[in-house]
Amino acid sequence: MSETKTVIEVENLVTHYGTRKILNDVSMSVAEGEVMVIMGGSGSGKSTLLRYMMALERQTSGTIKLLDQDIAKLNQQEMFNLRKKIGVAFQGGALFSSMTVGENIMLPLYEHAELDIMTMEIMARMKLEVVDLGGFENLMPAELSGGMIKRAAFARAVVMDPKLLFCDEPSAGLDPVVASALDDLILKLRDAMGMTVVVVTHELESVFKIADRITVLDRGEILFIGTVDELRNHPSERIQNLLNRRAEDDAIDPDEYLSRLTGEPKTGSATL
Amino acid sequence: MNSGEQQSSIGRFIERIGHNVVVGIEEIGNGGVMVVESFYWLFFGPRLKQPVRFSAVIVQMVEIGIQAIPLIAMMAGTIGAMMAMQSIYMLRIFGAESQVTYGVAFSVVREFAPLITGILVAGRSGSALAARLGTMKISQEIDALKVMGINPVRFLVVPALLGMIVMVPALTIFNMMVGLLCAGLYINADLGISLAAYSEQIIDILSVGDVIHGVGKSAIFAVLIAMIGVINGASVTGGAEGVGKVTTRAVVQAISAIIVTDMLFAFMATR
Repeated sequence: MSETKTVIEVENLVTHYGTRKILNDVSMSVAEGEVMVIMGGSGSGKSTLLRYMMALERQTSGTIKLLDQDIAKLNQQEMFNLRKKIGVAFQGGALFSSMTVGENIMLPLYEHAELDIMTMEIMARMKLEVVDLGGFENLMPAELSGGMIKRAAFARAVVMDPKLLFCDEPSAGLDPVVASALDDLILKLRDAMGMTVVVVTHELESVFKIADRITVLDRGEILFIGTVDELRNHPSERIQNLLNRRAEDDAIDPDEYLSRLTGEPKTGSATL
Repeated sequence: MNSGEQQSSIGRFIERIGHNVVVGIEEIGNGGVMVVESFYWLFFGPRLKQPVRFSAVIVQMVEIGIQAIPLIAMMAGTIGAMMAMQSIYMLRIFGAESQVTYGVAFSVVREFAPLITGILVAGRSGSALAARLGTMKISQEIDALKVMGINPVRFLVVPALLGMIVMVPALTIFNMMVGLLCAGLYINADLGISLAAYSEQIIDILSVGDVIHGVGKSAIFAVLIAMIGVINGASVTGGAEGVGKVTTRAVVQAISAIIVTDMLFAFMATR
């Protein structure tokens, strides 16, 4: 039996925001073709972990390897080349409001692929068909519903046929029917395009439906990594509380939680 | 208030000043880095197969320049005529109203045209730039660009900076012409000096150096407006309210920077 290849490897990741430690010694890996769900309560660090995996931030210590490349050691051109193999569907879609849906989908092709405009238009329409948005390419993002925006974001994320797809809270703010349809879409994209998918979510229905393996984060540390069945049968009270949506008495220290929420500097970093 | 509380409030006050100074220096540094990075992408982008999109530059030039023409024309005409009125009123005291052209020509070309154009563009386009970038930041559009391998400075800042550098001086020249024309029309109506004679006087009085002085500082105003807009837009936190705050801050900072720079220019040019 052939050994499964690891495509994402996080080792001893430690991150800070100012003086605050956000992630503490986080280690995990994702195998090729796997759907890995990262879950945890608010302020657990799951979105932060995703930002570091997407190479949007530089870690304090530890290593992150994407497709066998240590992202901290890549130069600008190597990072540029790696980015072409990564797709990201953001929580709010992050479609560019000044562009049509079609132009949004075509943007990565326009920037990275040396194709004529007609070919790019055809490819963009094909991806829109995959996410059931055929014929919507000339609409502006403001003319789409929340679920449609997320599907268009998926189309943009996969237009370059990436090897890795990161999804941040794909079903947040959607009704159960649309959320379920998005879960189906993630599985469809994984199966049809052979992608490795990392999903951050706290929607248990989605977790059980799409996850091959699950990473549970709690207060910046890994509480559990395993399959859905292992998670369901895990003896830890914290995990069972999370699954049964029960608040633990000591789970959230109000002061610590407030400091997590309000501890950001009043002005941002003033860089793009 | 006892002496301990007084000391601690003084300490907090000094700490706040220190913090604001550090933030200010950091913002100036980031602005400088962004200007350098912008020129890097402009010149080396094509070699890296990541060129600046010419169509985006054109869009910015239309928004910053072409769409501002009616406003600039109205303000330039009004200020030109007003300059003529005030100059004639003052010179009449000395019986020297026929010399009004001197005051109008120098004031409009060296001072009012670049200053008024800079202030109007800062209020109109600098604020729009800060709001657009701020909104893009909070809606994760900047992050989306990064993960797509698209450098946000190349994609967003360079077109705005180039648009400003081309259009603010162009608007300043337009402002000079409209301002001088409207001043001439008023002088013609009030003093009976023909437009032909007025034009000849203007050409005799003004040197190329005077025009370069006005246009040159407008190019510096353009860089200031663009960078202040970008830095404020990029520093947004706190959602829609934060966007509103940085937009106001961008306009106030840009107008202040323009006026201070203008004063420095005036000081150096008159030594």
